[in-house]
Amino acid sequence: MRYVVAKDSRDAVALLNTGENARLLAGGTDVLVQMKLGNKTPSLLIDIKSINGFSDIFAENGGFRIGAAVNGAEMGAHAALKAMWPGVVEAVELIGSTQVQGRATMVGNLCNGSPAADAVPAMLAAGAMARVEGPSGTRDMLVAELLKGPGQTKLGKAELISSIYLPARPEHSGDAYLRFIPRTEMDIAVASAGVNLVLDASGTVADATVALGAVAPTAVVVPDAAAALLGSKLGAQALEACAAACAAACSPIDDRRGTVEFRTKIAGVMATRAANIAYTRAGGQL
Amino acid sequence: MSKIHVTTQVNGDAVEFLCEPDETLLDVLRDRLNLTGAKEGCGTGDCGACSVTLNGRLVASCLVLGAEVAGSAIETVEGVGTADALHPIQQHLLDHAALQCGICTPGIIVAAKALLVQNPDPSEGEVRYWLAGNLCRCTGYDKIIRAVLSAAAEMRGENA
Amino acid sequence: MKQDFKILGTRPARPDGLDKVTGKAMFGADKSVTGMLHARILRSPHAHAEIVSIDTSKAEALAGVKAVITGDDFADVESRWTRYTMQNCMAQGRALYDGHAVAAVAAISKTVAAKALKLIEVEYSVLPHVTDVDEAMAPGAPVLHEGVKARKLGDDVSGNTVGYYSFGHGNPETGFAEADEVIERTFKTAAVHQGYIEPHSCLADLGGDGRGELWCSTQGHYMVREVCSEILGIDASQLRVTASEIGGGFGGKTTVFIEPVALKLSQKAGKPVKLVMSREEVFRASGPTMSSSIDVKIGMSKAGKIKGAHAKLRYQGGAFPYQMVMMGAMSAFAAYDLEHVQAEGWDVMTNRPKMISYRAPGAPMAVYAVESVMDELCQKLGLDPIDTRLLNAAREGTKSSYGPTFKAIGLVEALEAAKAHPHYSAPLAPNTGRGVSCGFWFNFGGQVSVSMAINADGTVSLIEGNPDIGGSRASISMMAAEALGIEYDRIRTIVGDTASVGFSDVTDGSRVTFAVGIATINAAKAAIKEMCKRAAKIWEIDAEAVEWVDGAAQPTGHNAGDFPPMSLAEIAAISGKTGGPIAGHHEGAPDKAGVSFGVHMVDVEVDPETGFTSIKRYTAFQDVGKAIHPAYVEGQIQGGAVQGIGWALNEEYIYGEDGLLQNPGFLDYRIPVASDLPMIEPVIIEVPNPGHPYGVRGCGETAIVPPLAAVANGVAQAMGVRMFELPMSPPKILKAL
Repeated sequence: MRYVVAKDSRDAVALLNTGENARLLAGGTDVLVQMKLGNKTPSLLIDIKSINGFSDIFAENGGFRIGAAVNGAEMGAHAALKAMWPGVVEAVELIGSTQVQGRATMVGNLCNGSPAADAVPAMLAAGAMARVEGPSGTRDMLVAELLKGPGQTKLGKAELISSIYLPARPEHSGDAYLRFIPRTEMDIAVASAGVNLVLDASGTVADATVALGAVAPTAVVVPDAAAALLGSKLGAQALEACAAACAAACSPIDDRRGTVEFRTKIAGVMATRAANIAYTRAGGQL
Repeated sequence: MSKIHVTTQVNGDAVEFLCEPDETLLDVLRDRLNLTGAKEGCGTGDCGACSVTLNGRLVASCLVLGAEVAGSAIETVEGVGTADALHPIQQHLLDHAALQCGICTPGIIVAAKALLVQNPDPSEGEVRYWLAGNLCRCTGYDKIIRAVLSAAAEMRGENA
Repeated sequence: MKQDFKILGTRPARPDGLDKVTGKAMFGADKSVTGMLHARILRSPHAHAEIVSIDTSKAEALAGVKAVITGDDFADVESRWTRYTMQNCMAQGRALYDGHAVAAVAAISKTVAAKALKLIEVEYSVLPHVTDVDEAMAPGAPVLHEGVKARKLGDDVSGNTVGYYSFGHGNPETGFAEADEVIERTFKTAAVHQGYIEPHSCLADLGGDGRGELWCSTQGHYMVREVCSEILGIDASQLRVTASEIGGGFGGKTTVFIEPVALKLSQKAGKPVKLVMSREEVFRASGPTMSSSIDVKIGMSKAGKIKGAHAKLRYQGGAFPYQMVMMGAMSAFAAYDLEHVQAEGWDVMTNRPKMISYRAPGAPMAVYAVESVMDELCQKLGLDPIDTRLLNAAREGTKSSYGPTFKAIGLVEALEAAKAHPHYSAPLAPNTGRGVSCGFWFNFGGQVSVSMAINADGTVSLIEGNPDIGGSRASISMMAAEALGIEYDRIRTIVGDTASVGFSDVTDGSRVTFAVGIATINAAKAAIKEMCKRAAKIWEIDAEAVEWVDGAAQPTGHNAGDFPPMSLAEIAAISGKTGGPIAGHHEGAPDKAGVSFGVHMVDVEVDPETGFTSIKRYTAFQDVGKAIHPAYVEGQIQGGAVQGIGWALNEEYIYGEDGLLQNPGFLDYRIPVASDLPMIEPVIIEVPNPGHPYGVRGCGETAIVPPLAAVANGVAQAMGVRMFELPMSPPKILKAL
């Protein structure tokens, strides 16, 4: 195996395009584990941390652009980002231990393609955009459009994600992410939910996005769950309808982490609890 | 497979080494620099026994490549304190009998020190969550948490 | 038997502490020597398969590979138990479980060794497998080894059933007929792993002349020497084994998994070989504890008196014959004074890694089942759980359910302390329940050797043969200091290698502070006798007229002579002129270890929407006889309690239909992390063991026994539904709700 430090994103793309079995290295908390366990045996590892801008968080058009090599600890320490998108930041901060936080990145979490990735439902709820760079240039696309299946993304050959953009948001808005794990830390989500709400001046939900993780081959946006919250102040009936819509959207698997029945049941619990938190963050009174 | 030459700093000392491209920082520390304080409990970032700081940031050295640390500053347990001048965390772990087998202890020390640098007055819950990635199978954590809290108090000058 | 002690009961720093907080301590994987090779083991990807052929030629041809071995490299041995151990280290003919070693390589680097593994070609013929205890015991199950079925068993059980035991007295049926309420329940518990953070590691150097050096992480280096010398066919005297600092064992390092392989590779390559297991290998191929299937039936009077009790324990212990259900059958009802009791146990083989001890092996699951039924009876009859246990508690003079009559024991004291503790009367929050359970462990004595040299500068060098897994060098130094009457820091206790002190049994059975303690006290007595003799020689009086008081020789009275006391240091300083070096040693097999009872109390909160259980408050009461170093005794109680909590809630070996282990890592084998827990309050109770000069019972194991039922009983109180299967993971709890 070769280890190469990419000078810029064009260099990284060129290296990806060599035809070798190449993998990108940012935080390494997935790829190095996969190599250790023998699941991945790349012949070329391309370190993208030295690329200008990849390790930075920029304010842009009222929102934030987060470089592909920014780690969780850095996101957690960014007060303005955390104030605007607390749900996304808390999702990223749930990935692994403090030690893993010192390395793991939001883009890596997305590109690893796990249906249980913590950052992904939060990014879906937030309407996050990914900047994709490749041999044919640069394009911006919704994170939702990149999801494909376990261990996969819709990135093309030799394409990489250089940053994620979290848009500006209106007043009276808030987001939240919750996951269920059997312990209090150090586990992979058994079911998770990201919720993003916008309220009107009266505290009524004017816009909503609900996304679930670990209950389908990819994280999924659940429009019916969001619709159930619209026009409500998160009363019992709205939350019940939201939970039911979540359950209906689940197509999970039985595995060592949870059963189909269990995942289906708690997806709605996570969503309604996250909705309550998002609602409060948006200034609503429960 | 050709080796990579790396110049970096470990515990304040300039060091250089040759490593394989896929060799972890943990292997470099243990096998090439003879710093065996960091332990491999899992090799997959799940146990925290290999904790070190990399440019001040707490990381699992089993999830860092040796090749990545060129020009960095690394601190291992060997750099935290010496027998003659223990760091308060080391002293309080001893005083609280907070180690039984001691295999997790180096990782706990490095991680706890990193916590107290950024949060000198953590709550019990904050210590517990910060150290959630440092597995200890002997103590049930009780005495470790107490030791870290009392070391923090001493470092704040509260019971010095 | 209350005694006044100067040193026992204090909390000095442990002798190995500084090295362990500075990173200097040498654990198994920390030692390297020049010219050493790195070894790796190839493991079976099948649960059960005939090994048709192994082609190692490509691996041997790889540059940098110095030795490749398979099961064929190991000659047969006389003892069948050693053969099982050997075949567990390296399969011969059949791979018996997922992860079973089938070949090994030694090469000049880890990278080359890893590459070589991939070049070994093994042809398997897959055989039917079985991993569940009840399925393995049923007639018609695939049988792991023919001809080892326990005698006296009929055709109703399969050939995997390698052990049967029954303990008790009276007739449980008579008791059930007299009872007002009889409850019978069936329980299942998953296999769990000791979860020590340090993987098995060793460095072996075996020359062609049969002389060898072995450095390894073990709970018993004499055991390693005996087993390895037999497997390798060399004299025990020629194999020197040094125990490294050990990064946790909990019973899991009381046998060998890799040492014979490293020795054989070293012999073949003619070079030192280092072999370190990965975490995945630890889970797949070391020795977890048993899974179980248990029936318990208890009959009780309205007043809470147990009238009859019967338990049937079916334990699964992996791919080779083993004997451990006996401990469960003996422990099940040990806490109670019963007229009609029987506990039966069956040891069963399956296609899983061969089990090895885990802290109080066999007891936690048996006691979980019994204490769960006790709790249900109390609930049903409206009885207080502690009062009911007090009413039935074993005490001094009780004929135990497993035979012997108890001497002084501390169960009643522990129950009374629990009842009086503020925890028991604290109010409970919604969705919260409080569980209580008793627990028991025998504690053991066993063979032990201690050698103590009195140095000319008045210090003492003590060598013992038991690896220190939790601070025992501190407690041994303290007992030596107490016996000699000198300061603690004048003593240095080290764990000697197999050539420097006599045989010592494995560090297990909570035996070290008890047995090494007795040997230390006796070694001190021998040294004291010699020091009194030297003083008598100097004073020119009879040795019998000299006594040892407060660390000094003195005449027994004015009649004996009028001399100022001579301290240990003064006698030692001139020992060269009074007859040469002074030392004491003791070899023995003390057998009067005292049984230890514990009572645990826990408040658990169950989230009714997710089934998530959190531990809100935990108090553990335990009779330890005498706490030599109370801080380390507390640590044992706290650590045992938390391992038990993990067993109760989340830890389990998960096998698929294919017989493969699905969670061989700390990510999905979920041991408790710091944020899962509250503080664990230990309450030490001291009812001295009459079998030890200082009253020591042993304390390491009892604490893992009560938590399973305590947590389960708490969950039952919190949600009004009782769980009959461990772990009580959230999906199971939510389903039950």
